[in-house]
Amino acid sequence: MPACAEPGEPVIEPHTTMDDIKAAVRRYIEDNFIMGAGGAALADSDSFLEHHVLDSTGFLELIGHLEETYGIKVLDDEMVPENLDSLESVARFVANKRAA
Amino acid sequence: MLLHEHFERAAQRLAAKTALVVGEHRIGYGELHRRVRALADALRADGVQPGDRVLVMLEAGAEFAIAVHAVLRAGAVFVPVSAQTKADKLAFLAGDTRATALLTQASLVAHWRAARSQVPGPVSCRVHGGEAALEDGERPWPADDAAGSPEMAPRIDLDLAAIIYTSGTTGRPKGVMLSHLNMRSAWDSVQAYLGLREDDVIGLALPPVYSYGLYNLLMGLGLGATVVIERQAAFPLRLAQTLERERVTVFPGVPTLYAALLGVAQIERFDFGALRLLTNAAAALPLAHLERVRRLWPQARLYSMYGLTECKRVSYLPPDQLEARPGSVGRGMPNQEHWLVDDEGRRLPHGSTGELVVRGCHVMLGYWERPEETAERLRPGPLPGQTVLHTGDLFRSDAEGYLYFVARRDDIIKTRGEKVAPREVENAIYRLEGVTGCAVVGVPDELLGQAVKAYVTLAPGCTLGEREIIRHCLAHLESHMAPKSVAVVAELPRTESGKIRHASLR
Repeated sequence: MPACAEPGEPVIEPHTTMDDIKAAVRRYIEDNFIMGAGGAALADSDSFLEHHVLDSTGFLELIGHLEETYGIKVLDDEMVPENLDSLESVARFVANKRAA
Repeated sequence: MLLHEHFERAAQRLAAKTALVVGEHRIGYGELHRRVRALADALRADGVQPGDRVLVMLEAGAEFAIAVHAVLRAGAVFVPVSAQTKADKLAFLAGDTRATALLTQASLVAHWRAARSQVPGPVSCRVHGGEAALEDGERPWPADDAAGSPEMAPRIDLDLAAIIYTSGTTGRPKGVMLSHLNMRSAWDSVQAYLGLREDDVIGLALPPVYSYGLYNLLMGLGLGATVVIERQAAFPLRLAQTLERERVTVFPGVPTLYAALLGVAQIERFDFGALRLLTNAAAALPLAHLERVRRLWPQARLYSMYGLTECKRVSYLPPDQLEARPGSVGRGMPNQEHWLVDDEGRRLPHGSTGELVVRGCHVMLGYWERPEETAERLRPGPLPGQTVLHTGDLFRSDAEGYLYFVARRDDIIKTRGEKVAPREVENAIYRLEGVTGCAVVGVPDELLGQAVKAYVTLAPGCTLGEREIIRHCLAHLESHMAPKSVAVVAELPRTESGKIRHASLR
């Protein structure tokens, strides 16, 4: 579990699947944004923006979290809704980045 | 003249021209006008009478523009409500305005349905989009191709056009009552210095539910221009792509939006050659950003402005003064008088610091059904029988009368141009179990003007953390009201009578 990892240690095993990433990001969103406090259930393809789950500051926090957790670097030109605006797109994006 | 008459004329003159661009969608003036008429008919069919209040809770988009113009066409009063609004607040707004109708969208169903069940009076409801199963009193919007009648409710310009809610010191939002005359006067004054044109393309990344974005939308459509609504401005690259692709000529921004644009890698690779007007409000642009904006897009004139919902706009800095007075918001605008007063209400000469007072036809009629709060802001002016607006904002003026914002006079926080009442945020935080004390203040922030910060004390053994408190606030308040930071402290500074001393936390 990511929460038990020591600081600085890689927290995700290399064989992590897209579903694992999706579940972990869902947990992160639920723990840090509105979901846990009474928001409606979020489908994998629901837009974070349209469902008011994240605003511009929220996306920056999400990017920081992804970089730290998965050891990836999100380039400026990759900060687009296609890569970041739903659980599905985040999982696909992170999996592709890790495979690259 | 009524607020929506310019739009009615533009729509007839320019039926084939693109009025709105929303993502992939382009909507012409003819189509927009037809949908406005059909929705106005639907409101009448639902029993909405001239003068009735109609809540408009929609995302930025064509439907928002259609709703506002349809409400006006039906002779009713539009009350813009942020799509982020949660059920409790929506119910409060419905009750406070005694609204007879709500125009909203299916994706927000969780919030508006919960709110409707809390309101005693009948509120008819028109729901746009989606396949949500509608319940009693809920109807879909007219079909996109429905033809409406040319009927328009007769109104005069003293009638109310809008009630826009803003935070009050008591923590209860209050409704700024704006007549057609108020809004048209603000429009004319802004137009007199800004000079928007029919061939303009306005890049609107601001939310149209608040005054700044709302007027850009209304004026753009009234002038027959094209308004590009960018809903994905949280992704700065997307915003830059849109500004380039649509050849945007006018960009109304706030410091956070400019910072986001300037943060795009190699922003100079984008061709923003069409940009001719940039406006900034809510807080002053940091000097470094100001310089970069001017270097990157030298052909665009940049206006620094100041306003408040109670009268829309007060002042703009002529672009040729930017170099000499970069922190100033100028010295007023056409068809308006303003001056600074001391604590006793005495008029101050140039070179002083005091509360800004405004006189003009754009000043609101008052706060909806709040005589006491109205009397605090609208006070007798120099002419018998005439009141003037006391803004609650402290400014200093230089020897030539150019204004520089200093601070709020009360505890109200101004963040991103929006007012936030500390009490409203504190009330939300107090609902968390284990919170024993809470004080919310505004702390200086280069981009936001002020950032919301909460100081919290907890019961022994309570382990609430910053993130949980912020998340709780995001679930119960609009996102701009949620604290950016939370400090858990052992105790809060109090006065001898036990009241929390906010001033010592700022």
